[in-house]
Amino acid sequence: MIISLNGLDEPHLVRLAARLAPALRDGGTLYLRGDLGAGKTTFARALLQALGVDARIKSPTYSLIESYRVGGLDIHHLDLYRIADPGELEWLGLAELSDGLSLVLVEWPERGAGSLPSADLQLRLDHADAGRDLAARALSLRGEAMLAAWDPARPG
Amino acid sequence: MNQPIAKAGHGPVLGVETSCDETGVAVFDPARGLLAHTLYSQIRMHADYGGVVPELASRDHVRKLMPLVRETLARAGLGVADLGGVAYTAGPGLVGALLVGATAARALAWSLGLPAIGVHHMEGHLLAPLLEADPPEPPFVALLVSGGHSMLIEVAGIGRYTLLGDTLDDAAGEAFDKTAKLMGLPYPGGPALARLAEQGRPGVFRFARPMTDRPGLDFSFSGLKTQVLLAWQHSDRAEQTRADVARAFEEAIVETLAIKCRRALAQTGARRLVIAGGVGANRRLRAELAEAGAREGFSVHFPRLEFCTDNGAMIALAGALRLAVGQHETPEIRVRPRWDLASLPPVA
Repeated sequence: MIISLNGLDEPHLVRLAARLAPALRDGGTLYLRGDLGAGKTTFARALLQALGVDARIKSPTYSLIESYRVGGLDIHHLDLYRIADPGELEWLGLAELSDGLSLVLVEWPERGAGSLPSADLQLRLDHADAGRDLAARALSLRGEAMLAAWDPARPG
Repeated sequence: MNQPIAKAGHGPVLGVETSCDETGVAVFDPARGLLAHTLYSQIRMHADYGGVVPELASRDHVRKLMPLVRETLARAGLGVADLGGVAYTAGPGLVGALLVGATAARALAWSLGLPAIGVHHMEGHLLAPLLEADPPEPPFVALLVSGGHSMLIEVAGIGRYTLLGDTLDDAAGEAFDKTAKLMGLPYPGGPALARLAEQGRPGVFRFARPMTDRPGLDFSFSGLKTQVLLAWQHSDRAEQTRADVARAFEEAIVETLAIKCRRALAQTGARRLVIAGGVGANRRLRAELAEAGAREGFSVHFPRLEFCTDNGAMIALAGALRLAVGQHETPEIRVRPRWDLASLPPVA
């Protein structure tokens, strides 16, 4: 299943991210694709806040990974922008991240191709003339369930 | 860290930094000061690779570390038998990267019968100005601004730190690098953006000073990036315009940092300000803070740039201070990818 939405403004994007949170409370892997400034980190931050993270949600661009624990759920927010070679992911301890119980959000997943847990759900954000375009695609049965529960095209 | 052991506090301390991108090694002697410090990226080690140096990925600390330890000891004119202790970055950082340094350093100390100490990476940065000839005495306020951090920390004494403010999203250096990229400069382009700003005209563009209109010492630089992108996209995109936008962006960042520094000094009553981290090299930031200090009667301390960015010297120094009062690790190898700076034991 693929759902596309066009011309989202930032408040709408933030509302959509918050509405996705309940579908991710049992973990899974979410890829966030899109250019610099397309809204990936904005989306991730809104999602993490809706999941109950109340610490500062720092950009993981430099640290590569920021981890949180809320309500028994381990959440790992990765940003692979600075990764030149997927072999470098060894330093992140990724094996521990892909246990299926944690929630793993990955920005710039293409830079970790072959070394990352596979995605359940993939989101693509693009700059548009007015706001941002969002395309959501389920890549596993679990992802289909997430996308159906989220239903980003539903008004509200 | 329990009982002092016989050799603690005597002799030169080897420091090892591997928490993120840089592999850094140094030797600090409590009696003689810094004897040598090297970063992998700064030196060539042909002999160690049979004449050809492969293009090593950053963060490949495994292959870099031991040649760097040998090189650093040679530069210091020491052998391992001359060492009095070993310090390594135990956190915070990437678990795999930290483990390389911790394992090598802990094993070296164990094999030599020396005390070892795990150092908090941020404490290293905070104490880096003590490597300089005219070190600031605590209490002071430190602004740590780099690609990964934008923090204000109160240093009441060695080992006595309070986080006053932090970024809620992007770090200041990250904002520089990403904004540069959005304006068509190669990544990471922070320094190039700052050079471009020198040619910019003041007042052509103006961006908000994020979070200065409310109390508190936290920073937020993510929204500034979007403001700049919009201004740039809706401009004529001429070369002079690019410089003008860069100028306005740099002014917004620098003024925001300066406002928060002055606020932190007022809040703590400290009269000394230390600037650490790569953004500390920014000329406009240095000028603005030096001027504010002269006007308002506080001193500003900038460690030299090589000690602003990640390095082994600050780890050797911080480790030496802790070893000198008898703190050290037990033999197991432990790292702390997440580690609260405020939880450290005081030294003095």
